[in-house]
Amino acid sequence: MSTTVWRDLGTPESPSENFVDLLVDGVPVSVPEGTSVLRAASEAGLSIPKLCATESLEAFGSCRLCLVEIEGRRGYPASCTTPAESGMVVRTQTDKLAKIRREVMELYISDHPLDCLTCSANGDCELQDMAGVVGLRDVRYGVSGENHLDAKKDESNPYFTFDASKCIVCSRCVRACEETQGTFALTIDGRGFGSTVSAGQKESFLGSECVSCGACVSACPTATLMEKSVIEKGIPERSVKTTCAYCGVGCSFKAEVKGNDVVRMVPDSDGKANRGHSCVKGRFAFGYATHKDRITKPMIRNKITDPWKEVSWDEAVSYAASQFKMIQKKYGKTAVGGITSSRCTNEETYLVQKLIRAAFGNNNVDTCARVCHSPTGYGLKATLGESAGTQDFDSVMHTDVAIVIGANPTDGHPVFASRLKKRLRQGAKLIVVDPRKIDLVDGPHVKASHHLKLMPGTNVAIVNSIAHVIYTEELHDVEFIKERCDATQFGKWVSFIGQDRNSPEELETITGVPANEVREAARLYASCKNGAIYYGLGVTEHSQGSTMVLGIANLAMLTGNIGRPGVGVNPLRGQNNVQGACDMGSFPHELPGYRHLSDSVTRELFEREWNVSIDPEPGFRIPNMLDAAHSNEFMGIYVQGEDIAQSDPNTQHVTSALEAMECVVVQDIFLNETAKYAHVILPGASFLEKDGTFTNAERRISRIRKVMEPLAGKADWEATVMLSNALGYPMDYTHPSQIMDEIARLTPTFTGVSYEKLDEGSIQWPCNDEAPDGTPIMHISEFVIGKGRFVITEYVPTSERTTRKFPLILTTGRILSQYNVGAQTRRTENVAWHDEDRLEIHPSDAELRGVKSDDWVGIRSRAGETVLRAYVTDRVQPGVVYTTFHFPESGANVITTDNSDWATNCPEFKVTAVQVEPVTQPAEWQKQFQEFNEQQLDLLAQATESERV
Amino acid sequence: MDGVQLVRMINDISNFFSSEEDQEIAVAGVVGHITKFWNPRMRRQLVEYVNESGVGGLSDLGQLAVNKLEQAH
Repeated sequence: MSTTVWRDLGTPESPSENFVDLLVDGVPVSVPEGTSVLRAASEAGLSIPKLCATESLEAFGSCRLCLVEIEGRRGYPASCTTPAESGMVVRTQTDKLAKIRREVMELYISDHPLDCLTCSANGDCELQDMAGVVGLRDVRYGVSGENHLDAKKDESNPYFTFDASKCIVCSRCVRACEETQGTFALTIDGRGFGSTVSAGQKESFLGSECVSCGACVSACPTATLMEKSVIEKGIPERSVKTTCAYCGVGCSFKAEVKGNDVVRMVPDSDGKANRGHSCVKGRFAFGYATHKDRITKPMIRNKITDPWKEVSWDEAVSYAASQFKMIQKKYGKTAVGGITSSRCTNEETYLVQKLIRAAFGNNNVDTCARVCHSPTGYGLKATLGESAGTQDFDSVMHTDVAIVIGANPTDGHPVFASRLKKRLRQGAKLIVVDPRKIDLVDGPHVKASHHLKLMPGTNVAIVNSIAHVIYTEELHDVEFIKERCDATQFGKWVSFIGQDRNSPEELETITGVPANEVREAARLYASCKNGAIYYGLGVTEHSQGSTMVLGIANLAMLTGNIGRPGVGVNPLRGQNNVQGACDMGSFPHELPGYRHLSDSVTRELFEREWNVSIDPEPGFRIPNMLDAAHSNEFMGIYVQGEDIAQSDPNTQHVTSALEAMECVVVQDIFLNETAKYAHVILPGASFLEKDGTFTNAERRISRIRKVMEPLAGKADWEATVMLSNALGYPMDYTHPSQIMDEIARLTPTFTGVSYEKLDEGSIQWPCNDEAPDGTPIMHISEFVIGKGRFVITEYVPTSERTTRKFPLILTTGRILSQYNVGAQTRRTENVAWHDEDRLEIHPSDAELRGVKSDDWVGIRSRAGETVLRAYVTDRVQPGVVYTTFHFPESGANVITTDNSDWATNCPEFKVTAVQVEPVTQPAEWQKQFQEFNEQQLDLLAQATESERV
Repeated sequence: MDGVQLVRMINDISNFFSSEEDQEIAVAGVVGHITKFWNPRMRRQLVEYVNESGVGGLSDLGQLAVNKLEQAH
């Protein structure tokens, strides 16, 4: 169901820079060439009735309602499919047109239920509006003839219904599925009067290939496709513009609200990251915010075997502060630290790192980017000079060849994937570098030119061989390198990359990719006008994660694919605010804006503002904190919005470290796995309950706005302020805008950022005097560090090797319907698509072990063992198995090792040698997990019960 | 902290910098990386561990870097 009628200009904007002038109802209009007459009229402030046209979709010309008269032309052309021309004289309102439109509407309404008063779209229905606009007063045909009024309703999708009786077969849903989402799950089945919208081959919506992105629901002009939440609660009363809290695309949404209830989330057509599109998570999976599992009262306990005690905010914060002070007195100033969250706002992560540096007096702060994109920060800073991606998402629409490495955008970053698929349908080429056959390799109207199906752990070998081909075949951009890159560094790199040992032929036995395929892919990328690289955690979560990021940057510089639309190096960030959390100084070695602690000028700037002295030495990273806990050197931690007990590798190592600590303070919206080891719980606030900003993968800073009051009474930043004050370091912020003002004062790339400015729209940093409107594309005329630096990227095999005992390689990833550790999405109807993690195994490996789909299999590594159900599929190659990590009981990280990236200690999640065999019972760890989980839930229930007593 | 783990970490770092032909630059690279990113306690513990347990498992470049770190202390 659409939310806007009259603001919809009817057809897409034309990109042409040439303008045509015409007269519409006597009003002169000037529009870009290629603009439809319908849109030209809308831009002149005139409204032509329409049903099948909407500005997010190409014109279709089927409803016959937008007919107009054009001087010198015969008949009544559809204004949506007629391009405006210079000198055209158009009439949109004549007696003849009015009669035609009324008769067209009469036909529509003759086969439509007349239940407007009880219809869920009453007051928000384009069909209803158009009936009024054309002045329909009577339907002469009655309802006794053949009709669709008894057509069956499809309620299979958990979030929306398809009521075929209300369908006018305008094809907006079908076109939205094709053009906007690119899934092609919907079609018009049958012909003429028998035409109906069909999901797949007459399947239910849930059973079809529909990915539940909601594009069809947004496009529907009637109540045919309608959110169940609207059917249940009615049309929303107000709308608040905010930003999605799921992946790094950072989609802009309108939260539509009734009272204090969010009725629906509607993708914002003005949103620059998503351009009006959404995925199943952002569009529908917001119910977790009011789930019964929400923690809404602060709680404390002495030991993790004690029942929780619900207390006031003051008592909880005082207790936490006294425990931290006691630990520092007993074990030293550096025995405490904290973790900031990529799920929290910029302002909140800034405050946590400030609390640690100023109130704890050390630099033991780290963030969950440690386990995802820390190598991106390292690699891009070392080569290009800035720890961030180079482009905006719009850039992909100018790309001729895209390389997707170690990313699965249709699942992990679905809204970006839709834009990429759109560009591919326009003719751009795709190279996929991935051990697994991701959907982009061969999907509807999308097929990769090359799928470099490498063995996990051999990324660097592949990137080196691609670079070798480009250099030795002289396909590199000599002029760009000469002008923009450091000559000495390039000279050293050339002497390395040019060696035969980096050729695809030499590396074929390591990577498993045929040399010729690598050569063809390299030639394709190097010879196109605009080549762009998109990558994800399949690049970073390796022992050579940072080396691979360096290699990607080398490749972009080698081909001159930097500094203009359509090119660049584009990290697809996992969580919504990974970029922001990193920007805000969450790493233990640097202050906000990626400035190292040893930089005395920067340090003094912060020292003056914060009125403290800052330790110039780096603090502990997360794995260092955990290691130090085992040797009683690190005994207290403040974890905001993170769940290291589920998301970090070698679960047993993490949980035993947490058990060793004397004070674990967890601030979260749920009792997550880490909170089960906590002594203090500070209830978190969801993104709907607070003001702030997120920064997405394209460096776009977007506002999130409070839609409802925090369930526990405080936004997360308020809790941090309380804790800091209780620790003796005063903070007196009364609104997150003040925190952003402080960030802007102290951070050169944020100088121009303020809430006032952000109210005008999102901004991509750097935003300062040199770039007052932000920076969509970086490194246009020169790199931040002056000359781009090529870095030698020697391939070093991971120490995690297969053996006879562990003959398979396990790699991990995510799925569309679930998000990260699943704490949010597991508490939504998204479990309809994915309610357990499964182990994907190739048919030949499965047959060898006597494993069939749905069988329980034990997965044993050098670190541990767990049990999952198998899914036999050739998506994975022989020798490789794959699973997701959305459910804690799966124990995916029980088996991942503590191998990590050499530069950043980002865990090597993507390569674990394992054995797989059929089993009949859960793993020992899972039994212990279940017992511990039940104990902790019981201790939580006791807290609630004692409150009731 | 666990000395074995610290040795493993410095070996991994050394692996990256070993592609530098000039040994002095390579050593400076390892030391610079550790100084920039490691907590001083870890640096100190690494030196102590290597001194106490010998060079077992430590790469040649790692050893040179440890020597340099020790001098700096």
